[in-house]
Amino acid sequence: MANLKTTEKKTKAQSMGMHTEVLTGKTQQKFFNPDEAENFYYWGTYDVDFNKRTDLDVKDLDCKQANRKIDELMSQGYGTIVIKNPQGKHSLGVGILNKLNLIFEGSLGYFGVGSIDGPMVRVNGRVGWSCAENMMAGKVVIEKNAGSCFGAAIRGGDLICKGSVGARTGIDQKGGTIIIGGDAGAFTGFMMQRGRIVILGDVGINLGDSMYDGTIYVGGKIGSFGSDAVESPMTKSDIDWLKRKLKVAEIGDNFDVSKMTKVVAGKKLWNYDALEPTEKKGAI
Amino acid sequence: MAKKKKNKKVKSKAIKGQLGKKKETAREKMIGQTIGYRYDVNLLPDYTRLTPFLKKYIEAMGWDDLNWLEDVHMGYEENRPAVFDRNANGWVTIPKKIKLPNNQQDRDMIARELLVKFQMSPNHPLVDLKKAYRKF
Repeated sequence: MANLKTTEKKTKAQSMGMHTEVLTGKTQQKFFNPDEAENFYYWGTYDVDFNKRTDLDVKDLDCKQANRKIDELMSQGYGTIVIKNPQGKHSLGVGILNKLNLIFEGSLGYFGVGSIDGPMVRVNGRVGWSCAENMMAGKVVIEKNAGSCFGAAIRGGDLICKGSVGARTGIDQKGGTIIIGGDAGAFTGFMMQRGRIVILGDVGINLGDSMYDGTIYVGGKIGSFGSDAVESPMTKSDIDWLKRKLKVAEIGDNFDVSKMTKVVAGKKLWNYDALEPTEKKGAI
Repeated sequence: MAKKKKNKKVKSKAIKGQLGKKKETAREKMIGQTIGYRYDVNLLPDYTRLTPFLKKYIEAMGWDDLNWLEDVHMGYEENRPAVFDRNANGWVTIPKKIKLPNNQQDRDMIARELLVKFQMSPNHPLVDLKKAYRKF
C-alpha cells in the first residue's frame, strides 16, 4: 500500500517532476515597511477629484469605446462621471481600478461593471446577468431589479440591489457583501466560499447549496436549504453589523434585523484534506 | 505497605487558536502548508476599534465603511503573524517590532492598516509588474 509520507514516494514524485519547488507558502517579508508614508494613492491609478463632474453620452458608442472614454476622463481628473443613454449595452464600466463616482442614467445589459476595484457606482435602472462579477472593492447600487448571477465570484466591496434578483446570486462568492432589498431566486449563495449575502425578502429553493463558508441572512421565507446549508443563531454582532450595513445600503430603514434567519455552512463537505492524498496517489 | 503512586495530571496549555502556536498536523508538515483557517474568517468587524489611519483611508476612498477590508483578517504563515495580500497573491508577514493585541478584532484592524500601507507602497511587487506588463 502506498504511503505518501515515506521519503521514497516523495523522491519518486520529485523525480517525475511533480515537485519542482519547495511548498512552503508564498511569504513576503523584505518589501514591508510599516512606516511608509500615508499617501492614500495606489501606484498607477489616476488622482481624481470627486467634485470634478462630467457627462458622457454613450448612445453612439460601443462598449469598448465607452469604457476607453471613461478611462480617458479619469486620466483628466474627473471624479464624477454621469453616463447618459446606456441603453442596456453589455459590459459597460468594466475593469475600473480607480476610485470614482460613476452614475448610469438608464439600464445595463450583461456583465455590467465587472472586475471593478474601488469605484462607487449607481445604476438608475435595471441590470442584466452577472452584474459586478469578480468585483474587488467599491460600492454598486442598483435602483431596480437585477438578472441572474448577480455578483458572481465577487471578492470584496458592497453590491446592493434595491429590487429583486434572479437565480444563483453570489455564486462562487469569495468575499464582500451582497444586499438584496426584494426577493432572490433559486440557488442563492451556490458554492459560496466567504463573504455575506443579505436578503430582505423571500428566497427560492436550494439556498446556500454546497457553500464552503460565509454567511447568508434572510428576512423573508426560504424555499429550501441546499446541501450543507444550516441555520445558525443570530448574535449581537450580527444585528449591529446588519443595522449598520443596511444604513449604508440605503434600504430597510425600519426592517427588524433581529428576526432574520442566519444561514451558514454545515462544514460536512470539508473533506478536501482527506481526498487530496488519494488524488495524489492516483497521479503518482 | 507500598505507597500508591498518584498519577499526576499533566496540565496542557491551551494553545488551540493562538496565533502561530497551533501544532501542525502530519499532513501539514508533509506539504509544508497550512490547511484550513486558524482564525474566524466570518468575524464581523467591530467599528468601535477602527484605527485613525483606517478612518482617513475610508474618507479618502469615499466609502461609508471598511468595504473590502471587512474580509481582511490577521492570519499567520510559517509561524509568524501575517496578512494575505490578494494583489500580490502572497502572505505579508508582520514586522517583529509590532506587538499584537490579544483579541482578534484589534489584530484584524492592524492587519487591515498594514495591508493598505503595503499595497500603496512604491515597494509593492505589483508596481514592477504594472511597469512591465501594463497595456494602457
